[in-house]
Amino acid sequence: MDATTLIASLEEAVPSAACEPAPSADLHTTVFVPSEHLAAIAEALRDRADLRFALLADVTAVDFHPREPRFELVYHLVSIEHRHRARVKVRLQGDAAHVPTLVGVWPAANWLEREVWDMFGIAFDGHPDPRRLLMPEDWDGFPLRKDYPVQIRKTPTASEPLQLTEAEFRANVERDRLTRR
Amino acid sequence: MADLRTETITVNMGPQHPSTHGVLRLVLELDGETVRSASPTIGYLHTGIEKTAEQKKWQQVIPLVERMDYLSAQSNSMAFCLSVEKLLALEVPERVQNIRLLIAELQRINSHLVWLGTHGMEVGAVSVMLYCFRERELLLNINEMLAGFRMFPSYMRVGGLREDLPRGFHAAVLAFLDRFVEKLDEYEDLLTKNEIYIERTRGVGRISAERALACGLVGPIGRAAGVNYDVRKAFPYLGYETYEFDVPTRTDGDVYSRYLVRVAEMRESTKICRQALKRIAPTGDYAVRDPRITPPPKDRVYTEMESLIQHFLIYSQGFTVPAGEAYVPVEGPRGEQGFYIVADGTNRPWRVKSRAPSLLACQALEQMIVGGLIADVIAVIGSIDVVMGDVDR
Repeated sequence: MDATTLIASLEEAVPSAACEPAPSADLHTTVFVPSEHLAAIAEALRDRADLRFALLADVTAVDFHPREPRFELVYHLVSIEHRHRARVKVRLQGDAAHVPTLVGVWPAANWLEREVWDMFGIAFDGHPDPRRLLMPEDWDGFPLRKDYPVQIRKTPTASEPLQLTEAEFRANVERDRLTRR
Repeated sequence: MADLRTETITVNMGPQHPSTHGVLRLVLELDGETVRSASPTIGYLHTGIEKTAEQKKWQQVIPLVERMDYLSAQSNSMAFCLSVEKLLALEVPERVQNIRLLIAELQRINSHLVWLGTHGMEVGAVSVMLYCFRERELLLNINEMLAGFRMFPSYMRVGGLREDLPRGFHAAVLAFLDRFVEKLDEYEDLLTKNEIYIERTRGVGRISAERALACGLVGPIGRAAGVNYDVRKAFPYLGYETYEFDVPTRTDGDVYSRYLVRVAEMRESTKICRQALKRIAPTGDYAVRDPRITPPPKDRVYTEMESLIQHFLIYSQGFTVPAGEAYVPVEGPRGEQGFYIVADGTNRPWRVKSRAPSLLACQALEQMIVGGLIADVIAVIGSIDVVMGDVDR
């Protein structure tokens, strides 16, 4: 399948979306899609009989700092039924980049999107669990951005000792003992 | 008696727990012995390899990617090389393709052996672990023979291999294969019809084919549930289309069928290895003949000025890769894996992203253990074969 067929099919499903082809060196048909129609396009990609991209292989992002639009969000899709592979890309402006989440379409996107948020700071609107995935919860900055330093010294503070006084601890143990009888 | 009540208790499992295969942490909510909810926490082994890779020259990335999924080192480096070679538009010699394929299949057997051993031990069959590690030792010896390094040989290079096969390689692999088929029967004698093992694993940690596909679980876990997808068949690379082998699948999607699929895969891998071994000549081309990428033989470096310059250029500057992006999927031991690389035309990658099958398996873990017994949590974690180095990278 070439990019023109894929785009024709997507534009038939979502008429207002302007998709454009992109060069590809491997076996992935590559297209750029607009971020505002991403959710509708994703559903078409998964459900249309001529596409059937049931498997979301990967979600990632690339930072092209200082170029604008700065980020490219990349989805790798596989259609096992038709033996197609596609790479769907979304261009995103740098400051406060955000896109709709695709967890509803492919549940696999859940952690993959969290990783992109964690590493690039691209927010996924409507994500069911929008926390960091790999870095500590209180980490500052987004490590895989190009303007983030490669080597820094920083101690994560996310692990605090349990804040409990001795009296509270004794009361807890006592309560536990009483209820277990 | 009037104030009798039940409440769930929350149990923390890991990150230091012998059965979590590294540093996976699970917070389990238990109602008696039943798991009500589970939330995995990962990131304890996050080493920022993807960020580090952006600072390295292309060939220097290979030792890094081998350490991501540390049980399938050569499969990782092969996937990385294939992506880079795709951007460079290199055609590697057929002999190199066959050697790579052979090494990747040996790596699959190696990884599955570690899996089988640890999984067996976790469900109480300790002798299986001793048996599996005995055969794995032979595979590590073959690695040592190839490159002088047992776990992370870095034998794959962009453009081919580091050097030609050592003397006696064919005999060593053949000796392993001859021995291994019988040993596989031995493992199966210990587990396949073992009443205790079946009771412990059948119907445990179920996931349906639909659900597995939606969660991105391909590879052995997907095939155990009935997702008939193997990159080697669907999108052949390295000439897999010219080899004869089957892709074992099951439909139950439980721990027992994952075991059966992986054992059958080891059998198929030995078949592929035998076919590959016949096609590989003991000596011959081991890399592309491209002076930009392959360093000249050492004796010429010592005797010819041009070779010395070429050697110096390759090791000081490296080579440049034309701007673009590539992702070549391969079938690793844990499912589809590959490296999405973005090049900007310089001698260092702009972005390297690993498709980590273990991350997706870890994500789906919750669905497999909720509603089951706490004792089964261990069996399920073992069966999805996660490598935390691959999850956290």
